[in-house]
Amino acid sequence: MNPYLPVLGIIVFSIAFGMIVSAASMILGPKKTYSKVKYSVYECGLPLVTSARERMSVKFYLTAILFILFDIETVFLFLWAKAFDGLGWFGFVEAVLFIAVLIVGYVYVIRRGALEWE
Amino acid sequence: MGIIDSLTAFQIQLITTLIKFVAILVLALQVPPLMVWFERRAPALFQRRKGPNRVGLFRFRLFGLLQSLADTVKLIFKEEVVPDAANKVFYHLAPVIAMFPALVVIMAVPFGNDFHIGDHLITMSAIRIDSGFLFILALSSIAVYGVAIAGWSSNNKYSLMGALRASAQMIAYEIPLGMSLIPMVLIYQTLDLNQMVLQQEQVWGIFKAPVSFVLFFICMFAETNRAPFDLAEGESELIAGFHTEYNSFKFSQFYLGEYVSMFTLSLICSCLFFGGWQIPFVSYQTLVNLTGYEFIASIIGTIVLLHKAAFFMWAFVWVRWTLPRFRYDQLMNVGWRFLMPVALVNVLITAGVLSFIRFGG
Repeated sequence: MNPYLPVLGIIVFSIAFGMIVSAASMILGPKKTYSKVKYSVYECGLPLVTSARERMSVKFYLTAILFILFDIETVFLFLWAKAFDGLGWFGFVEAVLFIAVLIVGYVYVIRRGALEWE
Repeated sequence: MGIIDSLTAFQIQLITTLIKFVAILVLALQVPPLMVWFERRAPALFQRRKGPNRVGLFRFRLFGLLQSLADTVKLIFKEEVVPDAANKVFYHLAPVIAMFPALVVIMAVPFGNDFHIGDHLITMSAIRIDSGFLFILALSSIAVYGVAIAGWSSNNKYSLMGALRASAQMIAYEIPLGMSLIPMVLIYQTLDLNQMVLQQEQVWGIFKAPVSFVLFFICMFAETNRAPFDLAEGESELIAGFHTEYNSFKFSQFYLGEYVSMFTLSLICSCLFFGGWQIPFVSYQTLVNLTGYEFIASIIGTIVLLHKAAFFMWAFVWVRWTLPRFRYDQLMNVGWRFLMPVALVNVLITAGVLSFIRFGG
C-alpha cells in the first residue's frame, strides 16, 4: 500500500470530523430570540466605538517576514543534517559558511531594530 | 491464522491502519477531557483546596472525574451565538482548521515498535512515511492559520489583538523549535521517528543533546500558547484572546486542538529525548523473549510511552501554576535574541563534534 494513502484519508477524515462536531453544536443547541444587542460584538458591555478592521502595528508583519526567512534556512539545514554522514568535512564547512551568512543577516536585523518591542 | 493467510497484503494494511487510526483517535480524544479535569484538580493541590469533586456516577464521586463529561454535554447543547459583524465563512472554518492538524499529527507518532503478524510488518503508527519527522513539523504549524483566521473573522478588537499576538508568538518560537531538532537528525541520521527511538536503546537522546532538549522544552510551551507564554489569552487585558467570540462547542474545539497538540508534543519529546517506547536497561528483544509475542511487547512499549508523555503533561500544568506570565516584549526577546542564537550555536557545535567523531581530525 502506498504510505501516503492513509495520510490523505486521515486528513480528509479529520477535517470532516471537525465540521461534523461544529455542525452538531449548531443543530443541537437551542435557538432563542434574536436581539440586536445579544448578537453584537463583545466589547465589555459598552457600545461599539469603531470596527475591528483597524491598522495594526507593523511589528507583527515584520515578524512574519523574518519568520519566512529564517524558517526556510531551517528547512535547508534539515536536508543537510540528513545527508551529514555522506558529505563529510566538505558538508560541515559548507554548512558553517551557510550559517555564517545567516548570522550576518541576523545581526543586521537586530542592529536595524526590527525586533525591538516596547 | 487461517483468516490472515487468506487476505492480501493490501487488505491487511488497510484493516490494521483503520484499527490503529480509530485507537489513536479515541486515545487523542480522551486527553482533553482528562486534562481539563486535571487542570482543575492540580491547582487545587497547589493551593490547598479541593477543586471539582462532586460530579460522579450515582453515589460514587470518582474525584469529580466526570466533571469534564458534564461540561462537554453542556457545551454541545448550548445556544450558539454568532456575532452579526463576524465574517461568517471564516468564523465557522477557523475551529476546524485549529483542530485538524493536531488530530493528523498524532497519527505519525510511533506508539511502539513494529511487529509481525505472519509475514506482514505492522507499524504502531497510523501514518508511517520515510520523512515522518518533517511531516509532523510541517503539519503542526498549520494550527497558526486557525488562530489567525479565528481572531480576524470575529471582527472583535480583543480577538484580533489576541490572534496577532498568538500567531506572532507561535511563528517566532517555531524557528528555535525547528533548529533544536536539527542536532537530533544529525545524531540519528534519519527522519523516521521509530528509527530514532530504536537508536536510543543504550543511551537516551537527552544525554547526547541536552541543550536541544532545553530549547525544545521551552518552545513546547510557546507553541501551544501555554503559561508562562499564554499572552494570547491574558484574561485581564484581552478577555480570552482569539476565541473571545466563540461559544458552545466551537469554543471547546480550540481547546481540543490545544490539548491534543500538547499531548503530541509531549509524545514527540519523549520519543526524541527519552527513548520513546523503550524501557531503560530492557531491550525490545528481551521483552519479546519474556512475553513470547512481538505484539504484546509493542503494547507494553505503548504503555511506557504514555507514562513518559504523562510526565510532560504534568509538567505543562506544573509550570503554569509555578511561573508568572511573561510580558510581550520579554517573550519576543527571549524567542529572537536568546533561543535563536543558542539554537544556531548548538547546531554548529553538535555538527563540529560529530564531524570529529565520525570523520576524524
